[in-house]
Amino acid sequence: MLENTTDSILDHRLHWRWAVPVLALLVLFPLIASATGTDFYVSLASRILIFALAATSLNLILGFGGMVSFGHAAFVGVGAYAVAIFMQAGVVSAWLAWPLAMLVSAVFALAIGAISLRTQGVYFIMITLAFAQMLFYLVTSLKVYGGDDGLSLAGRSTLGFGLDLANDRVFYYVTLSMVVLVLVAVARLLNARFGHVLQAIHENEVRMTAIGFPVFRYKLVAFTLAGALAGLAGALLANLGGFVSPALMQWSQSGMLMIMVILGGVGYLYGGIMGAVFFLLLEELLTHFTMHWQLGLGAVLLLVVLVAPNGLASLVKSRRRA
Amino acid sequence: MLQQSSRFVRNTLITSAALLALSAQAQSTVKVGLLSTLSGPGAGLGVDIRDGFQLAVKLAGGKLGGQNAEVIVADDQASPDVGRQTADRLVKRDKVDFMTGVVFSNVMLAVGAPTFQSQTYYISANAGPSQYAGEQCNPFFFSASYQNDNMHEAAGQVVTDKGFKRVAVIAPNYPAGKDAITGFKRFYKGEVASEALPALNQLNFGTEIAQLRATKPDAVYIFLPGGMGINFIKQFVGAGLSKDMTLFGPGFSGDEDVIKAVGDPMLGMFNTTQWAHDMDNAANKKFVAEFEKEYGRLPTMYAAQGYDAAQLIDSAVRDTKGKLDDKAAVRKALMAAKFNSVRGDFKFNKNQFPIQNYYVRMVSKDAKGRVTNRMLGGAVLKNHSDAYVGSCKMPG
Amino acid sequence: MNAILVLEQALNGLQFGLMLFLLASGLTLVFGIMDMINLAHGSLYMVGAYLIATLTDVLGNFWLGLGLGILGAAVFGVLLEISILRRLYQRDHLSQVLGTFAIMLMCNETVRLIWGAQPISLNPPPALAGPVELFPGFSYSSYGLFIIGVGFLVAGLLYLLITRTRVGMQVRAGAANREMALAMGVNVRNLFTAVFGVGAALCGIAGGMLGPMLAVQVGMGESILILAFVVIVIGGIGSVRGAFLGALIVGVIDTAGRALIPLLFGMLMSPEAAANAAPAVASIMIYVLMATVLFFRPRGLFPAHG
Repeated sequence: MLENTTDSILDHRLHWRWAVPVLALLVLFPLIASATGTDFYVSLASRILIFALAATSLNLILGFGGMVSFGHAAFVGVGAYAVAIFMQAGVVSAWLAWPLAMLVSAVFALAIGAISLRTQGVYFIMITLAFAQMLFYLVTSLKVYGGDDGLSLAGRSTLGFGLDLANDRVFYYVTLSMVVLVLVAVARLLNARFGHVLQAIHENEVRMTAIGFPVFRYKLVAFTLAGALAGLAGALLANLGGFVSPALMQWSQSGMLMIMVILGGVGYLYGGIMGAVFFLLLEELLTHFTMHWQLGLGAVLLLVVLVAPNGLASLVKSRRRA
Repeated sequence: MLQQSSRFVRNTLITSAALLALSAQAQSTVKVGLLSTLSGPGAGLGVDIRDGFQLAVKLAGGKLGGQNAEVIVADDQASPDVGRQTADRLVKRDKVDFMTGVVFSNVMLAVGAPTFQSQTYYISANAGPSQYAGEQCNPFFFSASYQNDNMHEAAGQVVTDKGFKRVAVIAPNYPAGKDAITGFKRFYKGEVASEALPALNQLNFGTEIAQLRATKPDAVYIFLPGGMGINFIKQFVGAGLSKDMTLFGPGFSGDEDVIKAVGDPMLGMFNTTQWAHDMDNAANKKFVAEFEKEYGRLPTMYAAQGYDAAQLIDSAVRDTKGKLDDKAAVRKALMAAKFNSVRGDFKFNKNQFPIQNYYVRMVSKDAKGRVTNRMLGGAVLKNHSDAYVGSCKMPG
Repeated sequence: MNAILVLEQALNGLQFGLMLFLLASGLTLVFGIMDMINLAHGSLYMVGAYLIATLTDVLGNFWLGLGLGILGAAVFGVLLEISILRRLYQRDHLSQVLGTFAIMLMCNETVRLIWGAQPISLNPPPALAGPVELFPGFSYSSYGLFIIGVGFLVAGLLYLLITRTRVGMQVRAGAANREMALAMGVNVRNLFTAVFGVGAALCGIAGGMLGPMLAVQVGMGESILILAFVVIVIGGIGSVRGAFLGALIVGVIDTAGRALIPLLFGMLMSPEAAANAAPAVASIMIYVLMATVLFFRPRGLFPAHG
């Protein structure tokens, strides 16, 4: 099926035994919410899924490729703005707008990656941050696209086939299917030659260069792909909120994505998802109790750092082995 | 402060206890979603709106319009994204009857859509974006504060009246900042010596100050919200420019929170407003006295607006006798605005923004030696509406 | 544009650069020697500013408040290092990012709990509140001159500390090659704590210098933290000399950009377009600078590592 019969350490299994029940639960969730009168939580769940998607795209390059990009939120923002601007120009169909948004994000990622990937380590982090900041300030000053006030979308993208994305439940299922598709695609990619090479480059770049791999090209492709996926997350986010603003591209947003990936487990297939879910659920929970929720959030994050050195996913994995 | 959060907790507990006790009698509750900026650099503004609003509810015995009131306070973190999401939760999950509290216009524009879509009335205690006054006016939006351009228009008038001929204008480079300049120029008839648009949240104004020194205007008009205003004023005075140039600002750049942070260096600054704490009417005297007693500080415009928003809601609930499902009746009651505003007379224009007077205040020392605002003389602009009402096509 | 404008902008650039240096020097030392990314560095600065403001208010004397506040910041830094940060040295950078981010959140919220959400005031002492006439026709803020003076003084003292003392030698050795320094018998634990303490004290000084010019409010550390990171990357990580020159370059370029670009654009395009484009370009000047520096010198201008 999707798993190699001979697993190497570079392979990542989808863990169907666990994934399928969780997926089933997620599929049933809106129905459960309806029954208990907590319909509102369906849109919260959509939001968490979108961030899980964004975090997974970052995990691809950060976790598996070793490229710590501190400007990933910029690609999410670009995708979101692309959808909003296309809608303003009359392109409302999701089939057209979303792939276009991914393409636009990919182009930006390609350009930024081509320059940034010439640097290493903390310098790479800073230069990706710099580019993200540049985009942020640029967008903030563009009054034609709302500037700091942002841009409202007239409605959600259209799907046709009688599916109305304005319906929260339909939107949830579409988002869920996007996340599943992307996750499966990423798993396939990682288990294929490309993924193996990428992870090997992360392990030891010098060796891979010596062997003769075009290391830069591989990294650039991965970076661009991650940018495209982030663009998809952005497109979904724009639809969910019906609104885009430069705040989507702030460095603190990039930081939050990084935190989610680190929290969930760098280099674990489900790391991005677990990190996003844990972080956002915790935030939602804490805001109910106290205005000073950041204190609780910080304490929990610190605890995780000290107790689970490799993120939450590592805790799950080790338990399974035992 | 610890005092404030324990007061908040206490108020919430009292309100909840009251609700529990009375729920047995199946009395309906008025739910208000107060979504404001309670964290980050703009937090002080949101805290003031919240405090003003909750004071009004407390003085009415924990009720609005005779019905028990439940005020759900939430933080928008000055982020349109978070604001929208939280507004969604308040109208869909908590099913609030009214929404209020947003400070910043960019957050307001994001919060508006889900609120109006769910047919919940929004009573603004601060943000008054031109979109909602004009083309995108909506029957579910009422501004209990002002329209964003107003204070700048009044300032333009004041500066002209005082005979200044060369004015430098400084506002942040974002739509509300550019609107401020437009509003100011609408009423200022002299020469604009220079226009500076520093980046939003810029801290260091050395460049702008050097430019002022070089162009030598006789007055400077600043719209610099929050921390920006504090920074600029300190640096402006420190550079010695306050001797030669008079400083003007809209009320929020010269209010009690900025005064508290800057202190003496601010003496002599003029600012325009629709309300001042030394305004001479019964409702205001009571408000200011109670606010000082409850919170130990002088109220700002934000607090006054929060207080009035609560009073407006109170009057609407009373007039409709709590039948908040009849949206048309609620709207009519809100439009009537039958409450004692701390500003004196209050009435709405057809775009549901206030028609009111604007005054000028000066930062000076009061009888107790405190540095604070003092209202000067008569109104600068009387019965002033806004420039956008013409493009508003409000449905019946 | 006249000579006075140029002179004033030069002083502004110097002032801004030295402000950045105070923050960047601590950051670069911690990063260079302990190899730790410290996102909570801005929090040290914030705590320093709050302590100085409160002490000045309580004691009624700016100088006393400044001195005690700096001490307090150093103590806070040392306590933080001993209790939590010490555990993060061995960890990879990403864990450090997560851990220090968490600490930053907690510091912000704790400060808000203690002091409230609204900004608090910290004013320069009366002696330094007004302008000073440098020569007829030109006066500059005396507090600005004070900042410049303190900045140079601290830079000079740090230079002496690092190049002329034994501790400084160990610091340089540790920055250049940690393993070797350990092998040569440097007492790592105490050195690290000392470096962190000095970094925290520098943050405290920065808080005291900048507090009167800016607003003392929760979250004040984050906005300046980014700039500090840019400075140390340009200057080269681990190098105080790099931080000094990097900070000056950043300060001057940013100031020049903000002053010249609007003038330039005003000449080339319509006022409306210039008003839209110029501020954006001016804001991103620093980032363009950093990207350019990294393109030609991928490890910064004066990298400490051999």
